[in-house]
Amino acid sequence: MSDPSPVRFTKTHEWVRPEGAGEAVIGITDHAQAQLGDVIFLELPSAGAHLTAGQRFGAVESVKAASDLYSPVSGEILEVNQAAVSAPEVVNQDAQGAGWLLRVRLEGEIPAGLLDPQAYDAFAESDSH
Amino acid sequence: MSEREVPLGALHRRLGARMVPFAGYQMPLQYSSIRDEHQAVRERAGLFDVSHMGEVRVGGLGALAYLQRLVTNDVGKLEVGQALYTVMCREDGGIVDDLLVYRDPGDYMCVVNAARHDDDLEWMGRQLPPSGVELEDQSDQTCLLALQGPLSLQILAPLAEGTELGSISYYHHRPGRVLGVPVRLSRTGYTGEDGFELYCDRAAAEGLFQGILDHGRSRGLLPAGLGARDTLRLEAGFRLYGQDITLEREPISAGLGWVVKLDKGEFVGREALVRAKAEPQLSFIGLRLLGRGIPRPHQAILAAGQPIGEVTSGSYGFSVGAGIAMGYVRPGSAPKGSEVEVALRADPAERGPAQVVALPFYRRPT
Repeated sequence: MSDPSPVRFTKTHEWVRPEGAGEAVIGITDHAQAQLGDVIFLELPSAGAHLTAGQRFGAVESVKAASDLYSPVSGEILEVNQAAVSAPEVVNQDAQGAGWLLRVRLEGEIPAGLLDPQAYDAFAESDSH
Repeated sequence: MSEREVPLGALHRRLGARMVPFAGYQMPLQYSSIRDEHQAVRERAGLFDVSHMGEVRVGGLGALAYLQRLVTNDVGKLEVGQALYTVMCREDGGIVDDLLVYRDPGDYMCVVNAARHDDDLEWMGRQLPPSGVELEDQSDQTCLLALQGPLSLQILAPLAEGTELGSISYYHHRPGRVLGVPVRLSRTGYTGEDGFELYCDRAAAEGLFQGILDHGRSRGLLPAGLGARDTLRLEAGFRLYGQDITLEREPISAGLGWVVKLDKGEFVGREALVRAKAEPQLSFIGLRLLGRGIPRPHQAILAAGQPIGEVTSGSYGFSVGAGIAMGYVRPGSAPKGSEVEVALRADPAERGPAQVVALPFYRRPT
């Protein structure tokens, strides 16, 4: 039986969704965008750059605060969501859909230590209190 | 920590507001998004509940003389039906609060900041003469709604029976009725847009807020929270007490010399302000970021690599399209048009270039 949702989450509020063919898409969680409020700037690396799981790869800045981004996976960046860079409000409107940040070619597997949706929801709930 | 609920708290929650603690109250931060609410006020209209503000009536035969001693602006020039922006200072010039003074036929009403309410009343009480002046704190029974934006007049006019709203000039006010509710209609605000502030009895406030909102929705009116209020007032160059002005700052350095009338006669702090005017200790400046990044309070302002001052208010100016800030620098260290740097993150090496610009950052089209 296949997992109903293959999306995995970090405790630093990023998500990664495998797209098949060794590719995956990365973004910040809906919980994170709600906590940050209006996103104004995205600071992201360029296509071709390398990501290391657990390492800082950029930042998101909202009216409220600037916050670093940490990669859930290791791999090479294939594409940056330019629509989100030029109109970051899409991250607030659809953080786990149209507000994705990076498409990557995975290096190895998605780390086993990441949270599944249920575990992340429970973590986010406790994190916001 | 228990913050007080504003009288309209339940309504704000029904409207989907995210509530945050502010000045001892649970206040709506935003209903939709700060960006949408900010744009609504600039392009159409927004409705704010600012009932946390304090209202203090000043009455008695000695009211004018008392207020003239209490505040720095000239209350003697205030006509019935006018409003006046001013500050009140300690003897050393430190700003106790900034406030609005309304003149009514028989008395005055001072509108003070929620976070300063208790200290203000204590201070105002201490300045009272032995007789002839009465203070009455009406904060608990008074609510304040602010309808702000270019469509404010159009939205409010059909609801204000018997009042020719258009004839109320900027910084003027008049008693009237909106949706049958007795209100003070004041053409004032904290956003840089045209608009009205409505003072009413707390029992009537929820119906008034809901009624104006229902009527204005079709014209694009949105309920707006503290988040948009902050970005709007920053673009308009309005000082915020607790950030831009404090007990440690005097109004001359804060760029509020225009509300200090040294020639009106004696008032509390006058001597200190005469000295401050002769030799200003600080300059209050506006900064527009040239690149990306959002300045925040307490971040350093640098010129030629050396610290020259500190940001007191900073955010993103949605109508300016850039990060903007206000703050204090050493006099002469950052002339208008010059380029400085702002420390943007915790890491002091991360700095953004910024241009020193005149306030306000935004002026409404005339």
